[in-house]
Amino acid sequence: MYLQFGVPLALTIFGIIFVAAMLGLQKLLAPSNPYQRKLTPYECGEPPTGRAWINFNVRFYLIALIFVVFEVEVAFVYPIATVYLDWVRRGRALYALSEILIFLLILFVGLVYVWVKHDLEWVKKVPD
Amino acid sequence: MEAVRIYDRLKEKFGAGILEVKSEKALDPYCVVDPNALVDIARFLRDDGELAMDCLSNESGVDYKDRVEVVYHLFSYRHRHSAVLKVKLPRENPAVKTLEGVWKSANWMEREIFDLVGVNFEGHSALRRLLMPEDWVGHPLRKDFVEPLEYHGIATVRESPIIRLDAKKK
Amino acid sequence: MSLLNTLPDYVLTTKTDELLNWMRKSSVWYMLFGLACCAIELMHTGGPRADIDRFGASPRASARQSDLMIVAGTLTLKMALRTRLLYDQMPDPRYVISMGSCASCGGLFQLAYSVCDGVDKIVPVDVYVPGCPPRPEALTEGLLKLQEKIMTERWLVKGNGGQQVTAA
Repeated sequence: MYLQFGVPLALTIFGIIFVAAMLGLQKLLAPSNPYQRKLTPYECGEPPTGRAWINFNVRFYLIALIFVVFEVEVAFVYPIATVYLDWVRRGRALYALSEILIFLLILFVGLVYVWVKHDLEWVKKVPD
Repeated sequence: MEAVRIYDRLKEKFGAGILEVKSEKALDPYCVVDPNALVDIARFLRDDGELAMDCLSNESGVDYKDRVEVVYHLFSYRHRHSAVLKVKLPRENPAVKTLEGVWKSANWMEREIFDLVGVNFEGHSALRRLLMPEDWVGHPLRKDFVEPLEYHGIATVRESPIIRLDAKKK
Repeated sequence: MSLLNTLPDYVLTTKTDELLNWMRKSSVWYMLFGLACCAIELMHTGGPRADIDRFGASPRASARQSDLMIVAGTLTLKMALRTRLLYDQMPDPRYVISMGSCASCGGLFQLAYSVCDGVDKIVPVDVYVPGCPPRPEALTEGLLKLQEKIMTERWLVKGNGGQQVTAA
């Protein structure tokens, strides 16, 4: 019964061996000569000014947040789509449709809120 | 409009400001202008309806033995005519008012002239070196510029191998 | 943990060295360092007609991902400092090809006030390719000479046959 896991197990072992071999060969054979100038942050040749870690603009976080919410919503819709034909055959199509539409509607309210608050715009207009 | 007629127009408006007009048998007639009247003349050339010099196509600095000149080449896209203005400045501390307020293209051109010839443009918003490195000393296109022997540890001369071969032969 | 410069001079170790060198020479990724007109010929050498990619040389934009820096064009004093920093930021093993007469000795502009006469004043050069600009075939030959040079290196074998790894 557990034989079906044989292939993924073999792949996992092979993957681990592969990566370990690559890193191990690098430790054995690759020259390593770090010195101060080599380790400076790469800035296309210009002498680096300031730190390499800078403050992130919050809009990246906003877009990621909105993406995650709606991605999960889409993930919820997929199983409905697979069994929908079944429900249609049993004559309960309207029930299923209204359920999923209510779900989408609730999340759509969230989308409208984000839209109205100008959080979908990458470049926000400064009020004059 | 021919350049000479443009200079005549300038002469009737700014009599004292125009110092000299070179036009007889000249391929490129130019007009030497008093540095103090330069900005007014430039503004007039840009704003006047018949002249309408909307483009400062080139501005360059020249170092002669006894003076430094700044040459302005103007062009009008509306009337398709051009004119040349020159300003003569003394070699020690040459300074003239900036034309950045009249034509924006003068910004970098004046930075280049400051960098290479050493003319100080009064009123310029950011007069710093353009072509040479920021910590360069001297103005290279001056006639009395002496090349430094090294820059940040890099020697600026290279020994020619031909000379070395000759020395070996001896 | 490193095996570099530790093994004795047996045929197995030298053959391993040759294998490593063959792997390194067949995949010399060069940094696009076109400064002036030689850059056009560099682009053509990487293009379809005189293809340098058939020797494994692929262009990289970043110094961190390249083993070869082809200095193509006139090096000014202003750029020289940045060139040194870029060379420093390349990982070992790294090589430099000086392409064209301007990069080799200042070339046409040797007497100019702003030109650094030759890139070997700042970085150690492995191959000089003469020409103004050198034809793509000439640059390809320069790369092949570099490949020959790579094949002569001795990394694993002990003694002063190993490549000197230069510090700052």
